[in-house]
Amino acid sequence: MSEKEESMASEQKALNAVAQEIEYQYRSELLRGWRRFRANRAALAGVVLVILVVLMAVFAEQISPYDPIQIVSGKRGVAPSRDHPLGWDHVGRDLLARVIFGSRVALIVGLVASAVAVTIGVAVGAAAGYFGGWVDAALSRLTDTLMAFPLIALLIVLAAVLGPSLTTTLIVIGITTWARYARVVRADVMSLKAQDFITAARAAGVKDYRIIWRHILPNVLAPVIVLATLGVGSIIILESALSFLGLGIQPPNPSWGGTLADGRAFITLYPHISIAPGVMIFLTVLAFNLFGDGLRDALDPRQMD
Amino acid sequence: MTRYITVRLFHGLLVILLISVITFVIMRLLPGDPVYLLLGEGEIRISQEQIDAIRHKWGLDRPWHEQYFIWLGNMVTGDFGDSLIRTGMPVRDMIFEAMPVTFRLNLYALFISLAVAIPAGIIAAVKRNSVFDYAATVVSTFGVAMPNFWIGLMAIVIFALLLGWLPPFGLRSTKGYILPVFVLATEQTAVIARVMRSGTIEVLEEDYVRTARAKGLAERVVILNHAVRNALLPVVTVIGVRIAFILSGTIVVETVFALPGIGRLFTDSVFRLDYQVVQSIVFLLSVLVVVINLLTDLVYAFVDPRIRIE
Repeated sequence: MSEKEESMASEQKALNAVAQEIEYQYRSELLRGWRRFRANRAALAGVVLVILVVLMAVFAEQISPYDPIQIVSGKRGVAPSRDHPLGWDHVGRDLLARVIFGSRVALIVGLVASAVAVTIGVAVGAAAGYFGGWVDAALSRLTDTLMAFPLIALLIVLAAVLGPSLTTTLIVIGITTWARYARVVRADVMSLKAQDFITAARAAGVKDYRIIWRHILPNVLAPVIVLATLGVGSIIILESALSFLGLGIQPPNPSWGGTLADGRAFITLYPHISIAPGVMIFLTVLAFNLFGDGLRDALDPRQMD
Repeated sequence: MTRYITVRLFHGLLVILLISVITFVIMRLLPGDPVYLLLGEGEIRISQEQIDAIRHKWGLDRPWHEQYFIWLGNMVTGDFGDSLIRTGMPVRDMIFEAMPVTFRLNLYALFISLAVAIPAGIIAAVKRNSVFDYAATVVSTFGVAMPNFWIGLMAIVIFALLLGWLPPFGLRSTKGYILPVFVLATEQTAVIARVMRSGTIEVLEEDYVRTARAKGLAERVVILNHAVRNALLPVVTVIGVRIAFILSGTIVVETVFALPGIGRLFTDSVFRLDYQVVQSIVFLLSVLVVVINLLTDLVYAFVDPRIRIE
């Protein structure tokens, strides 16, 4: 190794070390964030509720005393009783079972559609923010367009095009809700790009995609996680609205929004149908919102009151 | 400033154009042939010539891009075309018939929300950590987490079925507006109150508020004249978003209460593959969104000189 090469190698090592150091300082924020989160009772309540709903969805077969699809003749719209605490729906299915199994749809859609949206949004935002120029201009216009689209209208039309089903719901919600992630990530990436550790990494000759993957993405994760957690709640409401309008999960499969649609159709005859699924949507959305609010307060000290 | 407006206008037009293309393409991808829907599939035997004649009359036999430009040209000149399904009724008439219902619903709801949320947000911020603040926070956190249509169903059960005070569905009397307006206002109030509270808290910590206090102004004057004015800015954004996305809120509420507004017209038209109506509504709404966004930005620039200089 020549002297010149040697000095270049040691220089590179030094630059890498500087980049690491700056990045560690940046990340130690996370530890402090965790302490703040632990002290937040509302957020902890949210986490506990989320865990309960997840357990309910995972162990639906074990918890549910009845079959959610089986129709019992003569039980159409029968009011709650001791053995059937939520009563029967408009065709004679046990509502408790339907509400328990409905949690699966809500969570699958809430989590998977969020994941789809986060993936697209982060990719678009990172590319726009990092590369700038025409890439940024094109992607930003695309993001603007999506933001300006009446979301529910787009959802309804797309669901009608693809034919309503669970998969459709996941795809449709995923590809229509990524814009806010793209905006946040783009802005963060732009400010990160000017930070010393990125300059150091660049000076050390690290490739673009590696800089994005190893140095930029880990640092935009915090706001994305906060947004995504808050987003799960609104996606669960979107899904239930879609199912409520008849364009989401199709009967006889149990979903909270679908059961609310049944409740609406028979509200004057069997008003008890629409109570429980709404309470479940409310509690689940509340849980994710409290969790997300707690994360935001913990990870972003500027937001602290 | 002029340059700023020009750039924003140009972006806005681009967005509207993109939306119209996307909507047009998606509508053409919908399964089912509108001609058969129009004639009732399988019931009437019709000849291929008759089908072709109908297609020709409606321009369905032309290439997609031609159909798109014809439609766009008509839209720009204010001609929304005729409904394909509801036997040649002008789309404009259908929209104008439905618009007042949606408009009234949202206007009343917005007024109520502002009247409740702004004072509530200010009081919560000024008396931070008081009982009122906690109560307002809890109520607004709950309000945001409840789906609109479920609040609507519960309101029907309580006020229409149990108490019998109000009609459950429809608009046969003006009383029919009360429940849907209440439902629309609930979530909105929660959101605005939250924004108003955090906005006021932030402003109260600014230097100029401290200066106002230091020079001996009464606390009431400081809050109402100095703090609230600036704390209202984020609320303007929220109102803008609300107006822009008017359809999102009303679509489910109009379905719950069976109200003949734009939301119902829209869902009905999607189910019936009524291209003209769906396209027109989406087009008009995207124009609305872009205009409102622009106005919101202008209000900001007007109220806050710091933005204008950028």
